[in-house]
Amino acid sequence: MNAEGLQELAEREGARRGALRHRVSVCSAAGCLSLGAGRTREALTRAVADAGLGGEVEVHGTGCLGLCHAGPLVQVASRQPDGQVDRCLYERVDAARAARLVRQHLQGGAPLAEGRVPLDDPFFARQHKVVLQGSGDSDPERIESCLAAGAYQALLHALTRLRPADVVAEITASGLRGRGGGGYPAGLKWSTVQKAAGPRKVVICNADEGDPGAFMDRSVLEGDPHRVLEGMAIAGYAVGADQGYVYVRGEHPLALTRLRTALEQAERLQLLGHRILGTGFDFRVDLRIGAGAYVCGEETALLASVEGRRGTPRPRPPYPAVSGLWGLPTLINNVETLANVPTVIRDGGRRFAELGTAGSRGTKVFALAGQIARTGLIEVPMGTPLREIVFDIGGGIPGGKAFKAAQTGGPSGGCIPAQHLDLPVDYESLIQVGSFMGSGGLIVMDESACMVDLAAFYMEFCRDESCGQCVPCRAGTAQMHALLQKLTHLEATEADLAQLEELAGLLQATSLCGLGQGAPNPVISTLRHFRGEYLAHVRERRCPAGVCRPAAPGAEPSAAAARGGAAPGAEAAS
Amino acid sequence: MTVRTLTLDGEPVSAREDETILDLCREHGVPLPTLCHLEGLSAVGACRLCLVEVKGSPRLQPACTLRAEEGMEITTSSDRLRRYRRQLVELLLAERSHVCAVCVANGRCELQEVAAAVGVDHVRYPYRHPVTALDASHPRFVLDQGRCILCTRCVRVCDEIEGAHTWDVAGRGAGARVVSDLASPWGRSDSCTACGKCVQVCPTGALFEQLQPAGGGVKRREFLTFRTRAREQGPWGR
Repeated sequence: MNAEGLQELAEREGARRGALRHRVSVCSAAGCLSLGAGRTREALTRAVADAGLGGEVEVHGTGCLGLCHAGPLVQVASRQPDGQVDRCLYERVDAARAARLVRQHLQGGAPLAEGRVPLDDPFFARQHKVVLQGSGDSDPERIESCLAAGAYQALLHALTRLRPADVVAEITASGLRGRGGGGYPAGLKWSTVQKAAGPRKVVICNADEGDPGAFMDRSVLEGDPHRVLEGMAIAGYAVGADQGYVYVRGEHPLALTRLRTALEQAERLQLLGHRILGTGFDFRVDLRIGAGAYVCGEETALLASVEGRRGTPRPRPPYPAVSGLWGLPTLINNVETLANVPTVIRDGGRRFAELGTAGSRGTKVFALAGQIARTGLIEVPMGTPLREIVFDIGGGIPGGKAFKAAQTGGPSGGCIPAQHLDLPVDYESLIQVGSFMGSGGLIVMDESACMVDLAAFYMEFCRDESCGQCVPCRAGTAQMHALLQKLTHLEATEADLAQLEELAGLLQATSLCGLGQGAPNPVISTLRHFRGEYLAHVRERRCPAGVCRPAAPGAEPSAAAARGGAAPGAEAAS
Repeated sequence: MTVRTLTLDGEPVSAREDETILDLCREHGVPLPTLCHLEGLSAVGACRLCLVEVKGSPRLQPACTLRAEEGMEITTSSDRLRRYRRQLVELLLAERSHVCAVCVANGRCELQEVAAAVGVDHVRYPYRHPVTALDASHPRFVLDQGRCILCTRCVRVCDEIEGAHTWDVAGRGAGARVVSDLASPWGRSDSCTACGKCVQVCPTGALFEQLQPAGGGVKRREFLTFRTRAREQGPWGR
């Protein structure tokens, strides 16, 4: 297919939509599906058919609509006689509400009052969608629907109007930084790979998202897979790669299915593969499925896993940009980074850079979780104050409790306490208060959370997810977790606390990869902001939040703590 | 081949481009403890004992994988590095069941030697004593997981020198362990050639020959020197 063909498909889909009176988009992201969105969609389809509205109403699935706590969500876009499109969003749409929706809203023309979410609410008004633009509008399972929304236009523009160096220059001008956590300037990475010498080059999309409570990348893949594939193809053109891999976690089955569908459809229309859009550019994308090892999100471990070896990191340098997959120069970007690329190319790097703060351009997707009224998926400009995210968008803390801290950056991140609520959320500010942007998980804790318990949780996660290769991470996380368990069992002494801090320093300085280097961060950050709580556990044998209790009698607390790790023998038996 | 000059603990030294900082330390007699590294096998940088400071770099780098670059300023010993090395060896000693008195490698154990070299006189971390397996199913050799430090020398020698790749690592974190074939008993391994190279390169008493008394294990590693020399000097037997 060539450029005209692409235009024609998009226009045909646009015309088809124009003939409809209502478009009913049912959120079909994993969150809403688990709340019964599948049944809602069936009920809607049936009711529409029964009412004889088949010709003027379309019911289709769409990507995440954001308000995950109130699913299943349904959005109705209605064309008014004057050509304007009115949107209504309904929450908690079960089969009964779906039937009423069809009867009253679609047939009667009067939107339901029950379950209607005001769209001028700060939850929507304060957001700015770039990466999530297509989520909630297009049908991720139909490429025509995405084409009508402008998918692959940026690729067409890049292939026909820009030289590879121009594409890299746009990315550099945009100030886009890696959204996987590190915040490495994307333009610099792209130009390094572009300049690296190699017989072939590779682009890899890192979709191994595994932080507890994080679901940004999964949602993007579920809601708008074509945006990520388009970003990869543009990256391939810019750096001179003809092969791409998406490394997806096997625990994201829905994202995988949608990606497979998207890949097939894009290949069929020659938007990926040989001679893309009739130009001389070849770019093939294949999927590689991760088995769920957290460490495989680390780029060198990811490369080992794609090569079919055990997913363990290796020392850098050499960096993957110079010597990556099978020794070839390899560009590895996270899902969200690549999802930003089509917008950068379409609007230009300078325009993209208008959003956000000086050091952190653009937007950031956050997965709101924990003790927050509106658990969900949001996208805000970089530099949005934490207070606005938690209280205006997230609806504050449920049950009238007080905000205690927000955790960002997952197991390598840290806590932001209440006194920093007005902190603008961007890469530098978070580091200044001892946290870390990470990939975008934002877990809110109220006064009933114990920060020592939280640190123990993350340390347990790192202990279990350490690849076991380097000594400080393998043996150090086990010792640190045992010490934290002593603390949560109210058995620790001040010497234990000192040893905990000493080990934290060792792991940070000597671990091989980011997992071990970052593993002590939750401990260091909670010690920085909540040392009093640790001291209460040690000196008064008391947990101020009332979470930690002495270990149950008979459980041999200290010995059990010391043996906390999975015994090699025990695992051999399983 | 280009030659680089750099400083090693303040002394100017020269290096070929394929030489690592560890090579230079060995050449100039600078003591640097190592456990996972073994001349003749690939380097993995896993034990972290040979970490050195590189001026201008915020991160410590393992000398065994770090290539010499022009103008580098390397520090191999500082208060911080000495403290870290000691802590790392203590972590290793506390990790599984290292009881020297009854160990076949007693007196010939690299973990013992390194512990003495970095000044470990006692271990401040609680011994974890996990329940570990012992595989005595092989007619000639034994694997005691309790003495394994996961240096992966056995994995590498089996793959890179013997070409059998009988050994690999399974599990994660503290539960990681070396396994033969697909975690089946060693004695039943189809791929093992019973060459014993893994036993010879093991730094501790984790892999040993059957029927040896405590302190009786001897490691014969001539085959590695032979291989290395053959690689460096070209054709076999010259």
